[in-house]
Amino acid sequence: MKLGLDLQGGVHVVLQAQETAGREVTDDDMEQLKSVMRQRVNELGVSEPVIQREGKRRLIVELAGVENPEEAVELIGKTASLKFKTEEHGVILTGKDLADAKAVIKPDTNEPIVEIKFKKEGARKFADITSELAGWGRIAILLDDKVISNPAVKEPIPNGQAVISGGFKNYNEAVQLAALLRGGALPVDVKVIEKRNVGPQLGIDSLNKSKVAAIIGIIAIMLFMMAFYRIPGFIATIALVVYGLLVLIVMNSINAVLTLPGIAGLLLSVGMAVDANVIIFERVKEELRNGKSLRAGVDAGFKRAFWTIFDANVTTLLGAAVLYYFGTGLIRGFAVTLSLGILASMFTAITLSRWLLRIFIRVKGFTNPKMYGI
Amino acid sequence: MDFIGKRTIWFAISLAIIIAGIISLALQGLNMGIDFAGGNKYMLKFDEDVTSAQIRVVLADFGLGKSSIQESGKSTFIIRTKLLSEKENTELLKALQKKLGKMDVLSNEKVGPVIGKELRTKAFWALLIASILIVIYITVRFQFSFAIAAIIALIHDVLVTLSFFSFTQVELNTSFVAAMLTIIGYSINDTIVVFDRIRENIGFRKKEPLFETVNKSIRQTLTRSINTSLTSIMALIALLLFGGETIKVFALAMLIGFISGTYSSIFIASPLWFEFKNRLSKPKRVHI
Repeated sequence: MKLGLDLQGGVHVVLQAQETAGREVTDDDMEQLKSVMRQRVNELGVSEPVIQREGKRRLIVELAGVENPEEAVELIGKTASLKFKTEEHGVILTGKDLADAKAVIKPDTNEPIVEIKFKKEGARKFADITSELAGWGRIAILLDDKVISNPAVKEPIPNGQAVISGGFKNYNEAVQLAALLRGGALPVDVKVIEKRNVGPQLGIDSLNKSKVAAIIGIIAIMLFMMAFYRIPGFIATIALVVYGLLVLIVMNSINAVLTLPGIAGLLLSVGMAVDANVIIFERVKEELRNGKSLRAGVDAGFKRAFWTIFDANVTTLLGAAVLYYFGTGLIRGFAVTLSLGILASMFTAITLSRWLLRIFIRVKGFTNPKMYGI
Repeated sequence: MDFIGKRTIWFAISLAIIIAGIISLALQGLNMGIDFAGGNKYMLKFDEDVTSAQIRVVLADFGLGKSSIQESGKSTFIIRTKLLSEKENTELLKALQKKLGKMDVLSNEKVGPVIGKELRTKAFWALLIASILIVIYITVRFQFSFAIAAIIALIHDVLVTLSFFSFTQVELNTSFVAAMLTIIGYSINDTIVVFDRIRENIGFRKKEPLFETVNKSIRQTLTRSINTSLTSIMALIALLLFGGETIKVFALAMLIGFISGTYSSIFIASPLWFEFKNRLSKPKRVHI
């Protein structure tokens, strides 16, 4: 089953596009933001990233199984607007003119650098300007309006190739910049307004712990049911196992993502699943006490209990539906598993428990009402 | 047990808890975590033995000396600061690593004030809408008088849970809202089972005083109310004890809500419904 970010580790970031003076964030900006983000995320090599718009100015980015979440967030949030500027002409070229960027280690000095290549149009302009400034001028290279290098133009560069050097602490930084430049600059500045990084270690830890909790919880419930209700209790535990399988099958087939709150929802619905059985068994006990035969008691018990179970569960489902509508990612996981759990529990209690109970009361040696918890 | 006859006592117990809770809410409020209030939160695991005092020294360099630092397991700390920019975040983590040795960032969360505000608004609407839907459903399936009693029991459970979290000042997160919504759904679940029985018994025993009928209905459903709560409570205790740090608040909120829900379905909802019925139809019932 697919695990949520909280169980396998990952990054969940909500970016908000920033309005700058006199410039509103348009729908086009957002679409472009999305496509640039997709390229950047691809550079990170994440499988199945989620990139979706929310509202007018927000973008949600979710990356599962990232090794270094801190670095990923840094990469995602950078505007990465590259500018080439001269004193004489102002901005001459930007990141949009780039055809490619690549990080390499300069063999003679061991210094990390980024080699860039301009597109045809840009290359021509670059050639013109470098031949004009050769020998006396400088071209400043700015990243997000901060000068990262300001080399002197030694000679004309006709082939549209240039190098960004300086400002890199290590090779990794150069690799990052190259990736950013290949992905392109963000059309608008963005701000991280929400971030949830879960390291892979914590994810595994949560998964293991919640598994243990679920197993202990389920065993405790089963023991309790068998101690209190005897044969019907035993039937309830069988129903519980079937119920568990049913939920897992449904979750798998709708491709539901298992999250930590989701596991809590499942475990809770086990507690509640027993509820339907308890209502029925209590009812059956009452009918038996009123002098009905086992067979008549079981039938009457189920009949009378049905609407009670129905009414009682509808309200919990209403709560879960509202939760799903208002909730985000993880909380939705809880709403889904809880609802699924309730539906499956009603189904197994009404059909399977009844069927099994009817079989049992016919078997010789199981016909003593004492075995039914009276 | 006489549930109806002693109703004044049950009402008084609940009122006492809720009034104390409201005073606590007014005085110290709730400990809103970053999900609601905004801010940054880190879970860090250091390779070497590190104390919270050492961490505080590093935080103080960034003017964050007042942040909350909580130890959670060996050399593992949960640190909550005010809202930091991405740059401040990176620098803080670098400084911690540099001064206190290698560490693992188990989790790193940041919630901006806008998101926190949205969650508060959403939580409010979600609770309101869920409550309205439930009232409508019960009115349709039962009667308005049942719906009102059920909704008061529901508000009771919400207030008791909030009171508990105000008394204990346990930090709240998003899952608290999920817990609350589940609590109201479930609290009603319990109440409905009792109401269902009252409705059924009224049909059977028209000549019996209402007082007796309600008492009998509660008694008949008592084992069920307690047993089903017990199974859910077992599940929640397992989560609370073994489920790890992240799920604790959720399990705790549910546990309190479920206990309150079971109590209120037995001691509050039905006695309250009896009170309504009795007052409204007094002239007719005088002769009983």
